[in-house]
Amino acid sequence: MNDAATRKLILSNFWVAFIAFIVACFMGEYQVLERSGFIPALDSPSVYFASVSTHGVLMAFVLTTFFIMGFGYTIATTTLKQPIWNKPLAWGGFWVTLVGVVLAAIPLLTGKASVLYTFYPPMVAPAVFYIGATLLVVGSWVWCAIMLVMFVQWKKANPGQPVPLAMFATAMNALLWLWTSAGVALEVLFQLIPFSLGWIDTIDPGLSRTLFAWTLHPIVYFWLIPAYIAFYVFVPKQAGGFLFSDEMARLAFIVLAVFALPIGFHHLYMDPEQAKGWKLLHGIGTFVVALPTLVTGFTVIASLEIAGRLRGGKGLFGWILSLPWTNTMVLSVILSLLMLIFGGFGGIVNASYAMNAMIHNTAWVPGHFHLIFAGTTVIMYFAIAYYLWPMLVKKPLFSSPMALIQLWTWFIGMSILTTPWHVLGLLGEPRRISSVVYNNLLTLAWKPYEFMMILGGLVLLGSACLFIYILAKTQLNPAAEAYEESIEFAEPIHADESLPEWLNDFKLWNKVIAVLMAISFGYPILQFFFMDTSGSSPWGF
Amino acid sequence: MQTEPSKQKYEQCLRDFVTQVRAIHIDQLERKWITISLLVVGLFVGIITIDAFFHGVNPPSKVETIDSASLHLNKEFAEDNLGVQVDATGAIIIRMVAGRYSFFPKHIDVPAETPLTFRWVSMDVLHGVHIPMTNMSTMIVPGYVAEITTTFPKPGEYPLLCNEFCGLGHNHMWSNISVIAKEDWKAPVKPSVKGGSNNE
Repeated sequence: MNDAATRKLILSNFWVAFIAFIVACFMGEYQVLERSGFIPALDSPSVYFASVSTHGVLMAFVLTTFFIMGFGYTIATTTLKQPIWNKPLAWGGFWVTLVGVVLAAIPLLTGKASVLYTFYPPMVAPAVFYIGATLLVVGSWVWCAIMLVMFVQWKKANPGQPVPLAMFATAMNALLWLWTSAGVALEVLFQLIPFSLGWIDTIDPGLSRTLFAWTLHPIVYFWLIPAYIAFYVFVPKQAGGFLFSDEMARLAFIVLAVFALPIGFHHLYMDPEQAKGWKLLHGIGTFVVALPTLVTGFTVIASLEIAGRLRGGKGLFGWILSLPWTNTMVLSVILSLLMLIFGGFGGIVNASYAMNAMIHNTAWVPGHFHLIFAGTTVIMYFAIAYYLWPMLVKKPLFSSPMALIQLWTWFIGMSILTTPWHVLGLLGEPRRISSVVYNNLLTLAWKPYEFMMILGGLVLLGSACLFIYILAKTQLNPAAEAYEESIEFAEPIHADESLPEWLNDFKLWNKVIAVLMAISFGYPILQFFFMDTSGSSPWGF
Repeated sequence: MQTEPSKQKYEQCLRDFVTQVRAIHIDQLERKWITISLLVVGLFVGIITIDAFFHGVNPPSKVETIDSASLHLNKEFAEDNLGVQVDATGAIIIRMVAGRYSFFPKHIDVPAETPLTFRWVSMDVLHGVHIPMTNMSTMIVPGYVAEITTTFPKPGEYPLLCNEFCGLGHNHMWSNISVIAKEDWKAPVKPSVKGGSNNE
């Protein structure tokens, strides 16, 4: 990361991510305002659904993909101490992804692709929207290839040596993303693009939903893994302690990646096109994937406790107070874990299908994923940005107190936004409505919660603006002297001398994934080719 | 003869793997926490599995296909066959069609504390339906019949809400259902509805 060209590549990826993020934040606040109905002049389903579609694509595809690419390049160059393999190719991937975003953005912003980010066939958008989305994914595959090549090259040059934990997890994430994106790629290439261009007359929405479910769960682990990497390799050092266990961290990443994939049917619990046995199988897998998160929670808290005690904290909980709460990374992990605990409870409800029936497609669901993605995950993206920015621009962070305020307000705003959102779901409000027009007494109970959500959104918007301001100021400020610090990775209590090959490579795990995917998706996909189905013709929206 | 060496090789592989797993350094505390985690997850999985196998608690999963484009020619979902019916065995079957932007028939009366089997189909795009405060919830995917059996414990007026984005008029997609005390409910003599009945 020490040469200017690499830093430019990383910064370019990060800036695209964060510009998408701030644009989408403004849309989010508009959406809570519009939906509440308090300002009649705003009322417009066509603007609302164009906005929801764009907000979803920007946050879930653009912010995440570009951030993860930038973060991956950082980790690969610093842990392996190697330059990026094939830098022109990395720039090629960046531009392909960016062109994809722009292509998708044109129909989205002009309201011609309001099919939401999950696509919803047999509704159909212009082909350019699907082609843009495809390029976005193809560009990110370039990044995957670079990560895997660097991983393999390093292993060849250092036989028998443990791959640094951060790089192991990053390469695992690249492998996970290749598997993950295959589902949606199949849907887009063989169903949506031909359907949109009129090459095929009908589409089977059952098959489309099954393929999208393939992608829909592991994609959130693709977003989450950078946050977990920060938990394991940055947090213990920043808190002044050690990583509790390096091996358990590797195991957690492996189980996370392997079991994130074959469990997507919890998104289809309420769907008629898959049988109950498959739903039960995927449901059990969903609980298995809770295990690495429980282990991560333990390891992170144990690492923090070691740090707290090393800093003189005493008593059962006294060590919590002696943690460096004014360190942006440490504050972020504490707030992130708090949101993860509540979001995790919500996730257990979603995974248990008897309870899922009560909250399926209600406001509970966006409440849940905002808490766990925009809360738990994105606050760690902030922490990583604050940590890396000074090294990337070679200037000290513009203002540390401001960064702490930004993190606190993000946490507070997210709590004010998502708590009423969950309650609205329990009160039966559907998600994805642009206004409440049901002539029913029940809807009166919804009003106060919608008002609270507007406040939560405002706090979040302010916090997001502050985040961008701090990053821009750090970069643009004239620096008095060059900032020369470099990344520090946490050391484990017990250093790994040698590791068994299956903890240091994923040839075995790649095969395990292939077997599990064949078991859990093989028949459920093939059934559509043997059943007597009738396709749907295209519909506008 | 050929299986023996491969079996041995397999056993050797497994033995190596177990030795390597044992060699991983796992702290005593960590071991306890992993045990607790496994027990908690095992409890949840156990409850769901037992419910599924012994109590019939399953999500709506009848993989039954239908041609959504020709429901009007389909006997079961023809217009005068929709709504509440009692079949020969005494079971209550409710046939409903979802289409932009309503559920048809627009109003139905059903008894409380009685098992009801809903059969939902879409005549156009993807829809979803739920009745707030109940577990009557299913996706309605074009090309498939969504069947769900449930019981409403409390009489009252409930809305049926579309919960899946189905077009720019999605907000307006809803209708009503009256849950009537069991003793006051009378089975419709004829198939319940012809054309739209009272709307609001």
